Amino acid sequence: MIDRRSFLRIAGAGGAVFASRLARGADPYATSQDEFFFVQLSDTHWGFKGAPNPDAEGTLPKAIAAVNALDPQPDFIVFTGDLTHTTDDPAERRRRLAGFKQNISRLKVREIRLMPGEHDASLDRGEAYREFFGPTHYAFDHKGVHFIALDNVSDPAARIGEEQLAWLKADLDKQPRDARIVVLTHRPLFPLYPQWDWATRDGDKAIELLMPHRNVTVFYGHIHQEHHFKTAHIEHHSAKSLIFPLPAPGSVPKRVPLAWDPAQPYRGLGWREIEAEAKPVEYKITEFPVTGKA
Amino acid sequence: MRRRALLGVFLGICLGTSRAEAKTVRITAKKFEFIPAEVTLEAGVPVILELSTEDVTMGFDAPGLSLHAEIVPGKVTRLAFTPGKPGTFDYICDIFCGEGHEDMSGVIKVIA
Repeated sequence: MIDRRSFLRIAGAGGAVFASRLARGADPYATSQDEFFFVQLSDTHWGFKGAPNPDAEGTLPKAIAAVNALDPQPDFIVFTGDLTHTTDDPAERRRRLAGFKQNISRLKVREIRLMPGEHDASLDRGEAYREFFGPTHYAFDHKGVHFIALDNVSDPAARIGEEQLAWLKADLDKQPRDARIVVLTHRPLFPLYPQWDWATRDGDKAIELLMPHRNVTVFYGHIHQEHHFKTAHIEHHSAKSLIFPLPAPGSVPKRVPLAWDPAQPYRGLGWREIEAEAKPVEYKITEFPVTGKA
Repeated sequence: MRRRALLGVFLGICLGTSRAEAKTVRITAKKFEFIPAEVTLEAGVPVILELSTEDVTMGFDAPGLSLHAEIVPGKVTRLAFTPGKPGTFDYICDIFCGEGHEDMSGVIKVIA
């Protein structure tokens, strides 16, 4: 059972998306059937071996056990890419994808939404990933929230690409401007720190398409740490990794993993819950003048 | 006719001067390094970077200098620019190229 933790509001007014959680039974906000929560895990890098995480094979199982201990269980679970650590060997890539798949088969929640990271998909344009997990971009609806998984990694040059952008436009055109929209992706859509490849080359085009929609929140991975940013009204929240943390953008000359600290094992690693609150009540007001007619 | 000839001479001088002044710097990419990994340039002196790759398609991205190019095997990619103010500018491969991709970087030092 997970203890009650702080309730961090990370969405602006009307955004209706929350991170962290209250224990279900104690949630004073649980007043609508439309409220739900899901779990985001990211950058598991199954297959990684190295000093930055001497328990590389044990970290993902520990996170899975923690998620399985939640009561109640989340409606669904998302993994925002880099499920596996990259390898130049296509056979080994498939072994790692199979290993990851075997791990997540232990999750109690059966609705699991996956997307690739560049480690999974950039060397073969997503071929092996699709063999195991299907499409790399898609949309789905859940209790009044429209979710869009965007693939900004199958192109090794970190582009979403015109074809997928056209698909995104067509999908968004079907949504009202006040729809609650959550985008799930791997790389940041905005140029967080291009010097470290923390960007999507045509991410500005996706943001431009999202901009007319008033309630949009983006959850992503890639940078192995929490980061919160806004492009106009659109919020972008990166998740921690489950393999090793990376330094804050530009804080050190090289983008190298933070060293494992035996005194504080797993420091900087983690996963998050995201709670979607029911849409606030809105009042539509229409004024009528007195016309003088009887 | 005479005016055309004069124009030809003028253009020739300009192009010739431009070529004479521009410094050519060759940078070769291969899994998973740039050679050289450090380049020193002078502020205000025009440069032509000649980029090539020995194996797979690579990227060259130096955001601090607004330089970006795709380096394709069998082809030399040229980037002409004039460094402005002095400073140190990182460049990376921004096309995912394999296991060592994330270590593939270099630095351009611009001196006064």
